[in-house]
Amino acid sequence: MPLIKETAEQNEFREFARHWLEENRPPATKMQLPQAAYEVMSEDHRSYLCDWQAKCYEAGLIASDVDKRYGGHGHDGFQQIASTEIRRANVPYFINWIGLGMTVPTLLVHGTEEQKQTYFPKIFSGEEIWCQGFSEPGAGSDLASLQTSAVRDGDNWIINGRKVWTSLAHFASHILLLARTDKDNKHGGITYFVAPMDRDNGVTVTPIHKMTGESGFNEVTFDDLVIPDSMRIDEVGNGWKVAMSTLTSERGAGVGVGAVAGESPQERINHLIALAKTTIRNGKPVWEDAVTRDRILKLLVRVEGSGQNMRRTRVKALADHPMRIPLQGKLVGSEIGQELYEVALSVLGMQSSLYVGDPNSIEDGKWPLGYMNSYTGTISGGSSEVQRNILGERVLGLPKTK
Amino acid sequence: MSSPKNTQPRDFGFDEDQAMFKDSIRRFLDENNGRSLLRKDTAGTEDPYYGKKRTGSFDQSIWQKMVELGWTALTVPEAEGGGGMNLVTAASLCEELGRAAIATPLTMTLHTTFVLREANTDAANHWLGKIAEGRSGTLAIQDSVGSFDISDTDVSAVTGATGSTVLHGTACFVQDAQKVDFVVIAACSEKGTGLYVVDINSEGLVIEPDTIVDLTRDQARIQFRNVVAEEIVVPGGARNVMERAIPALLTMVAADIAGASEWQLQTTTEYAKLRVQFERPIGFFQAVKHPIVDMMICTDESRSLVYNAACAYDTTPDDADRCARLAKSSASDTASFCSNRSVQLHGGIGFTWEADVQIYFKRQKHNQFLYGDGAWQRQKLAELV
Repeated sequence: MPLIKETAEQNEFREFARHWLEENRPPATKMQLPQAAYEVMSEDHRSYLCDWQAKCYEAGLIASDVDKRYGGHGHDGFQQIASTEIRRANVPYFINWIGLGMTVPTLLVHGTEEQKQTYFPKIFSGEEIWCQGFSEPGAGSDLASLQTSAVRDGDNWIINGRKVWTSLAHFASHILLLARTDKDNKHGGITYFVAPMDRDNGVTVTPIHKMTGESGFNEVTFDDLVIPDSMRIDEVGNGWKVAMSTLTSERGAGVGVGAVAGESPQERINHLIALAKTTIRNGKPVWEDAVTRDRILKLLVRVEGSGQNMRRTRVKALADHPMRIPLQGKLVGSEIGQELYEVALSVLGMQSSLYVGDPNSIEDGKWPLGYMNSYTGTISGGSSEVQRNILGERVLGLPKTK
Repeated sequence: MSSPKNTQPRDFGFDEDQAMFKDSIRRFLDENNGRSLLRKDTAGTEDPYYGKKRTGSFDQSIWQKMVELGWTALTVPEAEGGGGMNLVTAASLCEELGRAAIATPLTMTLHTTFVLREANTDAANHWLGKIAEGRSGTLAIQDSVGSFDISDTDVSAVTGATGSTVLHGTACFVQDAQKVDFVVIAACSEKGTGLYVVDINSEGLVIEPDTIVDLTRDQARIQFRNVVAEEIVVPGGARNVMERAIPALLTMVAADIAGASEWQLQTTTEYAKLRVQFERPIGFFQAVKHPIVDMMICTDESRSLVYNAACAYDTTPDDADRCARLAKSSASDTASFCSNRSVQLHGGIGFTWEADVQIYFKRQKHNQFLYGDGAWQRQKLAELV
């Protein structure tokens, strides 16, 4: 049976990455980081995470396969290796996940040479943090009904409108912006821009608080923000198509340029099993309760199934529709993640009431906090309901809802 | 600690040859699923109160073609005249057999092949040679309550007057007993449980067919009344052999389920595109669309876990049991869910004898429990995590 073998260079790089991550793991910090980059709010968290991202970029673990002209490292087949090793090392996440995960994949396909050269290096280093301006108060699941307007003024565009749920806008230098350039054409009237988050020229960022009490996302208003036409991505009226490629990346189907570090699903389920084995209630470990144990093991099976799904996408002969498994990624991952936290609360019982900051809380409130934050996954980037529409329509060919 | 997964080929051992083979199986079964004969032979058996008994019919001509194509020989070791292929190949076959929901001796012959391979005695190898030549077999390894623990067998082996081994007792839930040429039996004596082979036409062997739900299989109790048997695994040796073979058996049933689930998914999808109510194809409505997507999601998880389990059996045997339990747990739940949704979303027509949906529904419900359902597999998994 032929193994998909790594080249000598790839093998050497894997050794290097593993070793480097061991040596350079950031020092333990007293401050408790939020569970994901979605919730990073304070300046000390930001600078800690930006330093870490910059180091990883310098070491070649970010943008490993991106062309050197754009600030990448110009290798072949290294990113997958770097991402796996980052996952394995269980190091902090990258704060600029929108830049890495959405801006870069989108501009690689739709950006001009100049745009790629201008924006990429500082995205990789974390020097500039990006946010994404898609959703609006009146445009959530029905994203194409967005109303933020871009009006042409010579070589410039004038932007007016409101965006919501904008993660990291409070740190961001740039925003991926969908704006309406034609009121009479729903999908074809949308144009894709990148825009500076210029607080002195009409951009206002107002934090929104989550049910967890954290912030991290915002409302962003544009009041006559002027941007040059060179910040337009692709053709006027082509924004919907470009947005779909950004969202494909967000839903786990895109080409990555850097791993999302943090606890992997596999680690998290092992963590939950350990929690059930060590939590004693009514005189015995919760793990010995057959009902709870079965719920946990069902999740274990699904986590393993997702992992094997990802492996299968790389075996051409075993994939059917090319998007069939990739488009399930966000939906399945977020739903499994949510249930995992929900089961964890049952494992903890009354102890699940003890929240972040309580001296007696389990793992400083990680589980109730994570359960609430899991709704970020099932709602953002197209809710689970919208994901099921997309899968039904694009993969199975069922009639379109709209 | 390095994960055992690292030593598996990333492509599940699924190279281009495997892909071409799988395609050829599918093409063959598209043309030869035996459905018309199954329909003909089961006509008159519909009524559970007054209908005729079913006979476990299958299309002999298709079976002969399968033997000629070498499908029985494929996973028999080369030394015994076979193709020496592994479980990845058998799982491909089983997945396509499930997709076709075909009534065939091949499924149990493949299961028997892997038990004989694990036995690896001269006597077992001799029977592997017969499989390569086209003889079909099945397994009698369950007691009257369908226990999965091999030591619970209700058949006993004693040394007869002439020094030969003689079997007494009853084996239950024997799959496809009316389709095969020989049977491998777990039987116990004072020295422990061993494995034995007898020809299905042996004197003293009485097949008592069960009346079962699944139309694509038959199942029986087999009475052994002084049946002279050939020992293939010594008393006390059966447990080890079966422990090694069970991952293969679980994987093959899970593969059958994965194939049938894919059929249920595709067929229900097509129906939802064609059936119009409220002036729209029903697949437009999210109450129909979303559960169909959920069928796809669970089918994909099960399929991927099947390929992983087959690959683990072939390349990382220490991890084979865990991977097979994952696959069968997932597949059993998928069988249940996809069967439920396929009938429900087809509406009235899905509830009829006429629609093929019912044939798959019944095969899936049978396979859901064969060798243990999802909850059982998870109990076994709990010991491994």
